[in-house]
Amino acid sequence: MGHRELTHLKELESESIFILREVAAQFERPALLFSGGKDSIVMAYLALKAFYPAAIPFPFVHIDTGHNFDETITYRDKLVKRFNAKLIIGSVEESIQQGRVSEEKGYNASRNKLQTVTLLDTLEKYKFDAALGGARRDEEKARAKERFFSHCDEFGQWDPKNQRPELWNIFNGKKQPGEHFRIFPISNWTEMDVWQYILQEYIPLPSLYYTQEVFERDEVFYAALPAILRKPTEKVLWKKVRCRTIGDITCTGLTLSTANTLEEIISEIAGSRVTERGGRADDKRSDAAMEDRKKAGYF
Amino acid sequence: MQHQIIKSAIKPVLSSSFLREENIVHAGYLDMELLRFSTAGSVDDGKSTLIGRLLYDSKSIFEDQLLSVKEASERLGGDEVNLALLTDGLRAEREQGITIDVAYRYFATPKRKFIIADTPGHIEYTRNMVTGASTADVAIVLIDARNGIIEQTKRHSYIASLLQIPNVIIAINKMDLVIFSEEVYNKIKTEYEEIAIKLKLQKIYFIPISARDGDNVVDASTNTPWYNGETLLHLLESIPVHNIDSELPARFPIQYVINQDNDKFQDYRGYAGRISGGVFKVGDTLLALPSNRLSTIKAIDEGPVELNEAFTPQSVTIRLASNLDIKRGDMLIKLNAKYPKYSSIITLHVCWLNVRPLTVRGKYIVRHTTSETSATIEEIRYKVNINTLENNKDDKTVLMNDIAHITIKTLHPLKYDDYIENRITGSLILIDENTFETVGAGMIISDAEVYSYNI
Repeated sequence: MGHRELTHLKELESESIFILREVAAQFERPALLFSGGKDSIVMAYLALKAFYPAAIPFPFVHIDTGHNFDETITYRDKLVKRFNAKLIIGSVEESIQQGRVSEEKGYNASRNKLQTVTLLDTLEKYKFDAALGGARRDEEKARAKERFFSHCDEFGQWDPKNQRPELWNIFNGKKQPGEHFRIFPISNWTEMDVWQYILQEYIPLPSLYYTQEVFERDEVFYAALPAILRKPTEKVLWKKVRCRTIGDITCTGLTLSTANTLEEIISEIAGSRVTERGGRADDKRSDAAMEDRKKAGYF
Repeated sequence: MQHQIIKSAIKPVLSSSFLREENIVHAGYLDMELLRFSTAGSVDDGKSTLIGRLLYDSKSIFEDQLLSVKEASERLGGDEVNLALLTDGLRAEREQGITIDVAYRYFATPKRKFIIADTPGHIEYTRNMVTGASTADVAIVLIDARNGIIEQTKRHSYIASLLQIPNVIIAINKMDLVIFSEEVYNKIKTEYEEIAIKLKLQKIYFIPISARDGDNVVDASTNTPWYNGETLLHLLESIPVHNIDSELPARFPIQYVINQDNDKFQDYRGYAGRISGGVFKVGDTLLALPSNRLSTIKAIDEGPVELNEAFTPQSVTIRLASNLDIKRGDMLIKLNAKYPKYSSIITLHVCWLNVRPLTVRGKYIVRHTTSETSATIEEIRYKVNINTLENNKDDKTVLMNDIAHITIKTLHPLKYDDYIENRITGSLILIDENTFETVGAGMIISDAEVYSYNI
C-alpha cells in the first residue's frame, strides 16, 4: 500500500470539480462568467475536466466593457471554439446606449462599476439561476467571508450578514423563483495556487500577461491605450511589465516584471510583497469598495 | 505593440497530455499538502493576534495589506501595528468591533498550504464554530494563561469533539503575562487532560505561546527552556492528516452521470463523484445502493486521464462493466467493504443554525451526501448545555446555536455511516421547506452513549 496523500493542488482541484458538478446537478440554467483573466481561464479548464468527455453543460458569459485588451478577446474566442462551448456576451456599451447606465467622465473614468448593471441584466435576460465566478477568498477581505454557494436575492444583491451556513461538502442551492446564486468553485485557491496550477496543467495564457507601452499614475503603471484618457503630464513609457490580474484596461495595473516564462512568473510572485489587487484601481476607491460592490451584485 | 509569448509547453487541449504529471520539471512547490484548521476565540484571548502572527511570520502579508493595517491602527489610536487588524473583515464588523461570521484565511510554507477557518468564540456564534470546524483537520483552542480553563475553553473543546476534529492543539497563550511560568502551564495542561479524556478527543497537543511576541509560534522561544515540544507552525506542518480517510470502507456517492456518444467515445457512460471513504481500483466488484445491483469497475477517469486507482477525496468518474440503472444520490460501495447502514429512522446530534426554532413534527428537507429527501422531526431527546456539557432532558426548545440529540424519520431511507466513522457519509443538513435556508447541521449517531459526557 503506497502513501495516499493528494498534493494541495490536487485537493483543491478535486474540491472545485465537485462544486462544478454540484452546480450542473442542482441548477437548471447555470452559466460560467468568463472574463479572460487567469482565474476564469483556470475555471474553464476545471469545467472541461469535470464533465469530460461530454461538453461543458453551461454557456460562458462574458461581460464586455468595450475596454478589453484585444488579446483577451482573441484568447476568449479561441478557447470557446476549442472547448466547443457556447458564448454569450453582455455589452456595457449597449447598456450605455440603452441608457441603463451612464458613462463616468474624466481621467479616472472606468466602466468597471457599470458592469454590475450589464451583468444583472444579462443574467435576467437569459434566466440564469447560477453564475459561476472565479473569485477567490484570498483576494480581498470582503471575499474572505463569502460562501462557495452565495445566495443573491431577487435584486441580485448579496447580504453578508445573512448568508447560509455551509458545512462539510454539502451545498444548498435551493432558491425562490427569481433568486439566483453566485458560485465560486475556486474560493479556496490563492493567487499562488492558480499560477502553480497553470504550470502543472500546461494551460496556455493570453500573451497579454506581457505588455510594454505604459504610463504611470499614482505609482501604478497602466497600459497606454485609448481606453484611458491620459493627463498631459502622463508620458508614455516603455517598461517591461505584466498583468498579475486582468480586468478592464482602465483598472488593470501592471507590475514591473522580468519574467519570460511561467516558472519565472511564479518565482516573482513568491517573492512579491504586494497583493495582486494592489494594482487594481477599482479596489482603491475606498476601504470597503469591494464590500459595497459585492452587495450590489458585482462579480 | 510588441508581445512575448509565454514559453510553457502548450499541448492540444483535448488530448490526455495536457495534464500529464511526469512532464513537470519544476515540481518543487507543486507537492505541498493541504491542511485545514479552525480557530475559535473571543476578542480578548489573542486569536486574531495569533493568526496575524502566523500570516506575518510566514510572509503571507503583503506590503499593501500591512500599510492599510498600519493606517487603521493609527486611526484607532494605537501606537504600534495591531496584528489583529490583519484579520479584520467587513466594514459592518470594523464599525462594531465584532466578527459576524466564519472568515477563511490562507498561508503557506514550503511544506504545506493552510486554510484557516477563523470563527468568533462567543456562545451566540456556536453555529459559526460548527461551520468552521466541519471541514477542519486540526482545531486550535486558545487558553489565556492568566485565566486558565474557562467555560469558553470547554465549549470550543466540545465542538471539536462533536465535529470529530482529529487533532486538537491547546495553545496556552499570553505566557509573557505569567512570566513564562512552567507551573502555570503544567497546571492548565493537567486540568485540560481530564477534559480531553471525558470529551474523547482523539489527539491533543499543548504549546505555551505568546502570540503577541511570537514565542513558540514560528520560532522556539528562549523564554521557555522547560518546553521541549514543537513550535505551533512546525506542528501544523508535521501533523499527519488524511491518511486515515483512505483506510475507511469504500464509499462513492454518485453526483452526476456523464453520457457521451460520438465517434471517439461510443456509448460513454460514467458516474462522476467524489470518493468519500477508502480506495477504488479498476477491477473492483461494486455494489450499487439502494438497488443492490453488482458490477465491476471498468475504468476510473480523471478528465482525459485513466487511473488505476483513486482514493479519498478525489473527484473522479467511474465507468462500470455493465450498465446499471443508477443515478445521482445512489451510492457505490465495494462488495467486500463494511456496508453502510440503511434506515429511515435516524438519530443525530443537530446544531441549530436558524432564528426560527426547531419544531417537533416539523417537516424539513434533508441533504445527505448527494441525495435529497424530506424528513419529520420525531423526537427531541435532550439538549446539550455546552457550557456545563450536561444533557438536559427537560428543556426541549431548540433555538439558534443550540445542540440537541434528536430522531428524524426520512421519506426515503439514507445510506449512511456513523459520523464518528465517516464525517462525509455521517453528516447531513436540514433545510427549511419554505425559506430554503440551511437550518440544521446533523451528525448521525447510532449509539447515543458514545456522546454522553459528564463534566
